[in-house]
Amino acid sequence: MTTVTTGTAAYRGRTVPAPVSIATITARNLRRLVRVPTLLVLATVQPVLFVLLFTYAFGGAIHVPGVTHYIDYLLPGIFVLAIGFGASQTGVAIAEDLATGMIDRFRSLPISATAVLAGRVAADALRNLFVVALMIGVGAAIGFRFHAGPTAALAAVALAVATGLVFSWLNLLLGLLVRDPESAGLAGLFPIIILFFTSSALVPVATMPGWLQAFAKANPITVITGALRALCLGGPTTRPVLEAAAWLLGLLAVTIPAAIVSYRHATSS
Amino acid sequence: MANAAIVAEGLGKCFGPVTALDGVDLELPAGGVLGVLGPNGAGKTTMVRILATLLRPDRGRAWVAGFDVAKNPAAVRRLIGLSGQYAAVDPFLTGRENLVMIGRLYGLTRRQARSRAGELIGKLELDSAAGRLVRTYSGGMRRRLDVAASLLAAPAVLFLDEPTTGLDPRGRLALWQVLSELAAQGTSLLLTTQYIEEAERFAGTIVIIDHGKVIVSGTPGQLKTRAGGDRLELQASPGQDLRQLAVVLAPLAAADPAVDETAGRVILPVADGAAILPEVATRLAAAGLHVAALALRRPTLEEAFLSYTGQPAAGPPAEPAQPAHAARSTR
Repeated sequence: MTTVTTGTAAYRGRTVPAPVSIATITARNLRRLVRVPTLLVLATVQPVLFVLLFTYAFGGAIHVPGVTHYIDYLLPGIFVLAIGFGASQTGVAIAEDLATGMIDRFRSLPISATAVLAGRVAADALRNLFVVALMIGVGAAIGFRFHAGPTAALAAVALAVATGLVFSWLNLLLGLLVRDPESAGLAGLFPIIILFFTSSALVPVATMPGWLQAFAKANPITVITGALRALCLGGPTTRPVLEAAAWLLGLLAVTIPAAIVSYRHATSS
Repeated sequence: MANAAIVAEGLGKCFGPVTALDGVDLELPAGGVLGVLGPNGAGKTTMVRILATLLRPDRGRAWVAGFDVAKNPAAVRRLIGLSGQYAAVDPFLTGRENLVMIGRLYGLTRRQARSRAGELIGKLELDSAAGRLVRTYSGGMRRRLDVAASLLAAPAVLFLDEPTTGLDPRGRLALWQVLSELAAQGTSLLLTTQYIEEAERFAGTIVIIDHGKVIVSGTPGQLKTRAGGDRLELQASPGQDLRQLAVVLAPLAAADPAVDETAGRVILPVADGAAILPEVATRLAAAGLHVAALALRRPTLEEAFLSYTGQPAAGPPAEPAQPAHAARSTR
């Protein structure tokens, strides 16, 4: 039997490089993703259900001018919906980690404070890549097609995953503000539900009452869905994609520092 | 200071209206073991959290392994291990995965992390459970895994906040064995506990804190001596009235006598036991009381603790389950 080694200088002396700490925490979150039943369902069953339910329940009633198959119009919006719903679990997870002392453990280690948050967001991004691929697969099975070529299709996937970054940071912020796992889950659903149904994700903005149209046009989900659609269906892409990128960068510029500040606040008071 | 593992000067911390720490001074020489005793809510956890860089003190300063905890927390974190009051392990990872993850976050290579994890799994007798998800573990197993996590990088200074709370006797012994080895090898250890026996077993120095203040500190022997003289223990004959016994002898005692109804004993703190024995005999005879046995001894650490804090060491049971974060912030 070996003895418990102590004082081995080889083990110490430096703060762990960010790529190592972020990758380690990402791996932890990915493991949880396949082992926690709620997370697994949100990443697999829910996106499939969204695609099928919206296509078959709404598809017959909604006719979008210039679009032959509603699924082609619908799927880009459903990317955003599934990613937004899934991200509510990010707020739950950070609140749980606070409550169970995991965050204390991480903070006693020689890693940077933001590695914990970045590792979470990175795991979410990989999850979202899978979710989007899954929805494209299911969508393809019921008639969805990319009409603007492979490069635009890849750009659409990238834009969807980038949208997920905003949702992840936003939900980290919410989870750190409310600090209670159940409230965090609820808080995370409000933004996506409100913004999604007042956007062009399901129906064209022109079909909405006038007072709502102004809001719907400015709604970032309308802008992002518009860019995704341009990349999936064809048509001019530069302007919609630039607008969407501007929204995403703007939102990240707010949510990332806010999440980091509330992380510091949540852990040091 | 260069040779001290921990130095704290006048540490103070308030949570809103609650004063958790009120000017705590501490010193632990490198390689020493410091036992921190105190009832629930005394400020033990707040103190550990400040020293482990998780919490900034409102006032005072502290150095761990020579580094200022507030000014250079990064340096401190490279040298410490922490096992907090709540087992901080991921229920959806296996025991081994938890340890390898923490090892990587301490900067060990993948290989070092795996070998250290295996070593500590053996040490803390978690072999049969290492491949199982932690959610299937008992509370005691989680606790041991948490302690193992704090040892991964062979810390120079180890903080253990009530490490054996919730452990069964076997788990406690396994942990004590590990602590003995660590202490023997020169790891500086700060151990908070509610168990007198544990403090007495390991600690070269014991600090008793209550209401956020250090009430007394010293070696276990010094604490017992300072708790005030000797204890005269009288075992009453069957049928004797213990209260009457206590009343008759009270004038000879240095403090209120303790009556232990179940054991049929009266315990009298006395300043100079040998000198008053004749007087005890006289008074007992005058009152027509009989004792089956009479012994003079030094106070136990438990009695010392009681005399300093006015309450037993193992206080009321822990507060009902609530989110750990909320529970902690009241401390």
